[in-house]
Formats: sequence, structure tokens, C-alpha cells
Amino acid sequence: MTMVASSTSVASTAKPQKPRLNKDGASGLTLISPPLLYALLMLAAPLLMVITFSFWTQNYLDIDRTLTLKNYAEAWTDPLYRLLMLRSLAISGVVTVVTVLLAFPIAYYLSFRVTKHKALWIFLITIPFWTSYLLRVFLWKVILGYNGVFNSGLKMLGLITEPLTFILYNANAVVIALAHAWAPFAILPIFISLEKIDRSLLEAAEDLGDGPVRRFFRVTLPLAMPGVIAATLIVFIPTVGDFVTPKLVGGNDGLMIANMIQVQFGKANNAPLGAALAISAMLIVALISFVFIWLNRRFTTGDGK
Amino acid sequence: MSDIPTAADARTIIDARNVTKHYGDVKALDGISAEIREGEFFSLLGPSGCGKTTLLRMIAGFDELTSGTIAINGEPMAGVPANLRPTNMVFQSYAIFPHLTVAENVAYGLRRKKLPKEELQREVEAALEMVDLGGYGPRASHAMSGGQRQRVALARALIMRPKVLLLDEPLSALDKKLREQMQVELRRLQRAVGITFILVTHDQEEALIMSDRIAVMFDGRISQLATPQELYRLPANRRVASFIGVMNFLDGTVIGEDGDAVHLDIAALGKVSVPKSQCKSRIDGTAPAHVGIRPEMLTILFDETEQAEREVTGTISDVVYYGDMTYYDVQLPGAEKPITISMRNTAGRAVLEIGATARVGWGSESIVVLD
Repeated sequence: MTMVASSTSVASTAKPQKPRLNKDGASGLTLISPPLLYALLMLAAPLLMVITFSFWTQNYLDIDRTLTLKNYAEAWTDPLYRLLMLRSLAISGVVTVVTVLLAFPIAYYLSFRVTKHKALWIFLITIPFWTSYLLRVFLWKVILGYNGVFNSGLKMLGLITEPLTFILYNANAVVIALAHAWAPFAILPIFISLEKIDRSLLEAAEDLGDGPVRRFFRVTLPLAMPGVIAATLIVFIPTVGDFVTPKLVGGNDGLMIANMIQVQFGKANNAPLGAALAISAMLIVALISFVFIWLNRRFTTGDGK
Repeated sequence: MSDIPTAADARTIIDARNVTKHYGDVKALDGISAEIREGEFFSLLGPSGCGKTTLLRMIAGFDELTSGTIAINGEPMAGVPANLRPTNMVFQSYAIFPHLTVAENVAYGLRRKKLPKEELQREVEAALEMVDLGGYGPRASHAMSGGQRQRVALARALIMRPKVLLLDEPLSALDKKLREQMQVELRRLQRAVGITFILVTHDQEEALIMSDRIAVMFDGRISQLATPQELYRLPANRRVASFIGVMNFLDGTVIGEDGDAVHLDIAALGKVSVPKSQCKSRIDGTAPAHVGIRPEMLTILFDETEQAEREVTGTISDVVYYGDMTYYDVQLPGAEKPITISMRNTAGRAVLEIGATARVGWGSESIVVLD
């Protein structure tokens, strides 16, 4: 009896020699499989479709399925697409810089100055999300418009006689609307990285002779860098592809690459070219993101050089 | 460097007068006055919440005084920010900058002095050598162990050549072996550099080992400021006595005095005359008195050949064996609680058992009279 029992146990342990998954791994996979399937279906599959499309050609009503790089050649050489791409990156870059620069002092104030009710402050920061983004963009039109709140306010104060026109229906308006919309997304990661800074490090810097400004640039900012980089990515990546804001408040010289992609898929009826533009934009954004992630690692490893 | 000032002739480097700190209604510090001498190893000793760290942070410039003054090197420090004070601090958490290498950490404070690169490197390496971390400069600071971080923090502070080095419980995070090693090393380092060290600790043994003088603090006040020996032998009051080492307390009565001796009647021991130098409390006429006896000031007489100035017989109620020492609790007739006696376990000496009768030897020099 004991012999049998021991031999079976040996057999049973010997059989799955290299288990592909242990018990925890298997149950983990089971747990994540519904969202994983969803992600595959809704993210990977469309992406593959778009990539495939980008190598095809549109012949009026039907599609030529021979693989070609013609769309990419057009996307990268046509001056209009290049202009839109560069403008998207420029607007996004400015939005990112403005958002992070505005978010940092708020996050800093929250982390270092607010001692009571921090949760309430964070809650207040999320209030803009309570209304739809579309509504907020329209509100910017009301504020920035020719006879809008801003202009009539300035006129009433006697600061201007003619309404300012450079604040709506151009790139400036896009920057203002996007920077406002994305501010909370930038505040939170910066706030978290500031919260994580051991306060005795700041005292140590002061103790070693640094005044407040020096201390900020030598300790606080470097240690907050992971949050700043995260905020930069969180704002930069989605805003490059934004098309609602430029369409509503961007006028003609505020249009971005995503507006062109939308046109190609819609009115222009050239899905392959639209796909090539989309993939190109994605690659450029990915490349820039990797640079930032690499920068982030340099800041956090503590190896200095 | 060779003429390290001795405690007696040194001038005052830190002069704290009537320092008070209130947090709302709580008095963290309640009128602290102390003079810390140049070149001494000074400890602030007390239980947590006694205000010792607050006082240290005030000297460093991190906390503001509610009232009173602190002068460093003769200059009043009111309104002088931490970065302009001639003090440097070793933080309890060490506060090593995680984004900098070991060398960059150590060089942090020197960067402002704009030294030539080679000189800077030489200074950093010398500072690292001083704390036995030579060659560790290029390492990432997060790759250092707790003990090494502590040394980095020390090098980073000492490279600034401060007038006063402040140490906020620097050894509390280390394990026992490393802590004991660092206690001796810190003391040696302090003697070598000749800088005034102010150590905050709750560990009385640490304070005794390392310090020239110790201020024992309770509830925001200094209970006693004395050398380790004086503190141990003649504690100012019962609270200090029980905080520093082990002290047996016995009830007695003052029955008279003459010249330089006080006559006592101690319930458990009998009548004895004690030199006035062993009395910390004011003796006025006949009064109840608290008598303190250290465990090592009593002996157990193991056989007939051993003699003592005075003898009393009791019953052993507890035995704790420490290897090199054995601690006996002995119940004496007429005493409220057993008294603790420590005996060195010398060769051939047996450990007595609970319940055995023991002859306890003592003398008038064993005793201090406390408030």
C-alpha cells in the first residue's frame, strides 16, 4: 500500500516536469482573461487592421490589396501632411509644457503647503471632469470669442478698444483649451512624486548650505522628475492625436494631423492614406515617448552619470 | 588637532538660554539652559517625547524657538536659517540623496564653494577614507547598506568642517553588533577631528559610552547635566537614577547629621553613616529619604572567607543568567521589594538557585541618597 502510494506520488510529481504555469499563474491568467480578450479584440485587432490598410491602395470604390509603401511615401513627403504633423507635435509640445508648468506649482502647493484636507483639494481638482469635454470646449468659445467674456471684460476695463482675435480659432485657442482639460492629469502624478520625497532630504540639502531655490533645483526637482515625465507623457501622447479641440476652436491654422486622418477616412475616402498617416503619427509619438522614458530611467536610477 | 581642549578649560560653543518651545498647549521644551563646550562629545539623553530632538533641530535651525536664545560660537542664531549656520547634521534616516552617487552625496555641500575639480575629488576621497568607505565614491547611493549609508551621511557632514556636528539618533536603525562598533568608532572619530558632537539618543548605554557630558531630559526639561560617571554614580533624582542603568530604591529615614556625614536608618539594611558627597538631596533634620544602590555595589558573599563592611541575609527570589553576569533578585527582611544584585561569573563561582539563602555584602560607599 505504501509502495503504491509512494510510486504514484513520484509519478505524479515527475509527470509535469516543467509546468508551463503553476497554480497561481493559471488562476492569474484566468482572472485577467476577460479584459485581456477585450483588449485584444478592441485594441490589437483594429490596430492590425489599420496597419494592414496602410499598405493597400484605394481605387475610388474598391481597394487594391497589393502591398505598397506608396501611402507612407505620400504621408512623409506631401508638404501639407508634414506641416500638419509638425504643427500637431508643436501644439502638443506647447500644451505639454504649459500644462506641466502650470500643474507643477499646484502639485507643489498641495504637497508642501496644504496640511489639512488634502483629499478635499484633490477632489476639487477633479471638478472640471464633472461636465463633458465638449461642453468645456464650447465654454472656451464663450470665454475667448469675439464678443466673449474675456474680450468684453477687457473692454469694460478699458484695456482694449478692439476685441482680441488671436485667442480664438487658431493654435492659441487649442493650447488654452487642451492645457486646461489635461491639467488634472498632470497635477496628480507630479503631486504623487512630490509626496514621495522624504522631507529630511530637503532638510539635509538646507543643512548642507542650500537656500530654497538651490535646494529646489538640486533635490526637489530631480526627485520629482518621474512625476514630471509621467505628466509629460500623459499629456503629450493623447493631445497629439486630438481632433475635437482643433476642430471646434482651432480655426484653419489650428488644425492638426488627426483632423486630416479623419478627413481621409471620411470625405476624402482614402482610408489607406489615413491609416498610413495614423501609423506614422503613432510611430513618431512612440519614439518621443521612448526618449522620455529613457530620460526618466536616468533620473531614477541614482547612478548619476 | 593635537591640542584637543579638555572639558574644563574649553570655551562655550553653544549657549542655550531659557529655550522654550510650545506646540499649541503642549510644552515641548520648557526653559532649557545649557552651555556646550568646544570639542566635547555632548549627548541629549531621554525617553521619546522629552524634547531632545526638538532642541537639536533648533540648534540646526529647523525649528523655531517660542522664547529664549541659542548662540553658536558667540553669535545669536535668531533668524539665521539652517543653511547659514556653522552646524551640520546626521539625520536619523541618514537622508542620503537617492538620485546622487556616494561621491556626489559627500560633495553636495562643497559644490557651492566652487573648488577645482581635483581638489574636490581629493576632499571627497579623504572624507570617505575617514569613515572607511575609500573607493566607494562611484557607487549608487541606493546600493549601500544601512551601516554604509550612515557613514556616507557622516562623511557628507564632516566634509563641511562644521563647528558643531549634530547627530539625531544616528545608530538607532543599525543592528546591535554594528551599533556597538559604530559607538566606539564615532567616539574615536570625534577625538580625531576635534569637532563638537551633539548626539541625541534614547539609549543610556550609548550615551554613557560615547559622551564627555550628558544632559538627561524629561518632559522638556534638563533633569541633570553631568559627566557619565557623575550621572551614573550620583543621579540627581530617582527618575534619572532609574533611566540610567539599574537602581535599587530603598526607604530610609535621616536620623541625624554631623560634619560631612549623614546618619540614616534604612529599613532593610540598618543604620549607616553616609558621606554628604553621596547625598543629592538637601538634608534638613529628620526626614524620610530615598536610598539608591546600584546592583554592582552589592555583593553576594559566597562562602565564609568572603567579608564585607556590612552584611545582611536575604532569600533569592529570581535569577537571570547573562553569561558573563548573573543578576539576582534578593528579598531582604523589612524591604518592600527584592533588590537586584549583579555578580560577575568568575571562574569556579556557582550560580545560586531561587529560594537559596544569600549573604549580601554592602558598605556605606554603596549608597546614594536621592530626592
